[in-house]
Amino acid sequence: MNAVTLAGATLAYGERVVLRDISLAIGERDFVALLGPNGAGKTTLLRAILGLVPLRAGSLRVLGAPARRGHPGIGYLPQARRAAPHPRLVARDFLACCALHRRWGPPRLGRAVRREAEAALDLVGAAPLGPRPLADLSGGERQRVLLATALLGRPRLLLLDEPLASLDPNVQREAVLVLRRVQHELGITVLLSAHQINPLLGAANQVLYLAGGAAALGPVDRVITGPMLSRLYGAPMEVVRLGGRIFVLPGQAVTAENVRDHAAV
Amino acid sequence: MLQYDFMQNAFAASGIVAVLAGVVGCFLVLRGQTFAGHALSHVGFAGAAAGLLVGVAPLWGMVGLTVLAGLVMGGLGERLAGRDVAIGIVLALALAFGLLCLHFLTGSAVQATALLFGNVLGVDPPTLWALGGLAVLSLGGLAVISGPLLFATLEPDLAEAKGVPVRPAATLFLAVVALAVAGAAQIVGVLLVFALMVGPPAAALRLTGRIGAALLLSAGLALAEAWAGLLLAYLSDWPTSFCITALSAGVYGASLSAGGWPARLPSRR
Repeated sequence: MNAVTLAGATLAYGERVVLRDISLAIGERDFVALLGPNGAGKTTLLRAILGLVPLRAGSLRVLGAPARRGHPGIGYLPQARRAAPHPRLVARDFLACCALHRRWGPPRLGRAVRREAEAALDLVGAAPLGPRPLADLSGGERQRVLLATALLGRPRLLLLDEPLASLDPNVQREAVLVLRRVQHELGITVLLSAHQINPLLGAANQVLYLAGGAAALGPVDRVITGPMLSRLYGAPMEVVRLGGRIFVLPGQAVTAENVRDHAAV
Repeated sequence: MLQYDFMQNAFAASGIVAVLAGVVGCFLVLRGQTFAGHALSHVGFAGAAAGLLVGVAPLWGMVGLTVLAGLVMGGLGERLAGRDVAIGIVLALALAFGLLCLHFLTGSAVQATALLFGNVLGVDPPTLWALGGLAVLSLGGLAVISGPLLFATLEPDLAEAKGVPVRPAATLFLAVVALAVAGAAQIVGVLLVFALMVGPPAAALRLTGRIGAALLLSAGLALAEAWAGLLLAYLSDWPTSFCITALSAGVYGASLSAGGWPARLPSRR
């Protein structure tokens, strides 16, 4: 069984179609880096898998069933909201309040829920953060707590929307190592959107590259190539490998602006 | 002082309302919606004044209009975000409308002051019972929605993805806030509801990071501030609302310097 299967899927963000007639399958236990320029449909695809965005056409199956909102097998780390203030709650209570209260009624903050919260913190190596207020944590520490939140309920598919954004390189590396370890320990599928492949080299075994309404899925070396990206973008693209890192550049007429837009991939 | 009926009523009424405001206010502060509480109290002034004009008790005029406004605000949801100008104009209009209603009544100055700044010493037994009913209703409602509400407060996108009823919980919460605001306005007046609904929970959430402890502490602080304020007012003959508000501000100020020290202690297991 595949973790995610798209067949002839067309997805729109509001009125704008962002992905057209996509067919692909993400295998179980894959670690997939979801890449592409801004507005290529990375978040829209993740939200469609969560059952929050209906398909314009085609089908989308998740963990063997049509995508639907509230699938218990999916863990999700949303893109960080910049405006949101961080609550003064301690990390353990923050997690306990997020531990699957789908029904009406007061939250159950009993021992079982607290144990679940502590187990999730333990899983991401953040047990010492449990008694500390979220507002006092560093960006990297907070990201660990949020990752623990995504792991509540032991999901089989983990969707992470730009979890590395606004973390410095060392913290990014640490976060990727944690993710990789968690993925191995739990044997789950990870789909992670990012602006750069480089921090994920060695962790991601697959790349799902979105551009120009199309998608390409495969191992890093097969997808991030000049010909493949040129086809996706519909314009000549060049891939430069340098010191074990990968840079994607427009193939011609390199302007400062183009480099800023594309070198980051 | 407790030999006076009006003092007994004042202590009972402010006690009921303080606990209600402290608990509801905790969620309000966590959700970052304190301005919504302020807005609802302004709308409540129009409701109370209109009630007086048509011969309905101001409390019920206030409850009716604040709950309606709360449901409308909940229905508009995210569309209200960033609409400070529109909200401000509606608030001004609500206050002005209340003023117009009072203008048509004679002897409006006393009533205007009572509505704007509270009149806890004027609480009669029927109002006391009404406040008790409001408190039971809104705390009961809060208990029903608190699970999804907390999740949606802390992680709105995750809660939505998990199938939590985010929007209904948020809308019902504003109705609960409306009831609490109407209650708090009976004690400290529509202009000073922050003293009971925001001061104590904001201080509590600075002093502890544990959700259960914060709720208890917030209710406790609100109760202590309300009763100590009544006592101070009795001894000094200053306005009760001033005493309660000054205590609320003082406790919040003190909590800033205390800066969350209990949370940094090792957790008790």
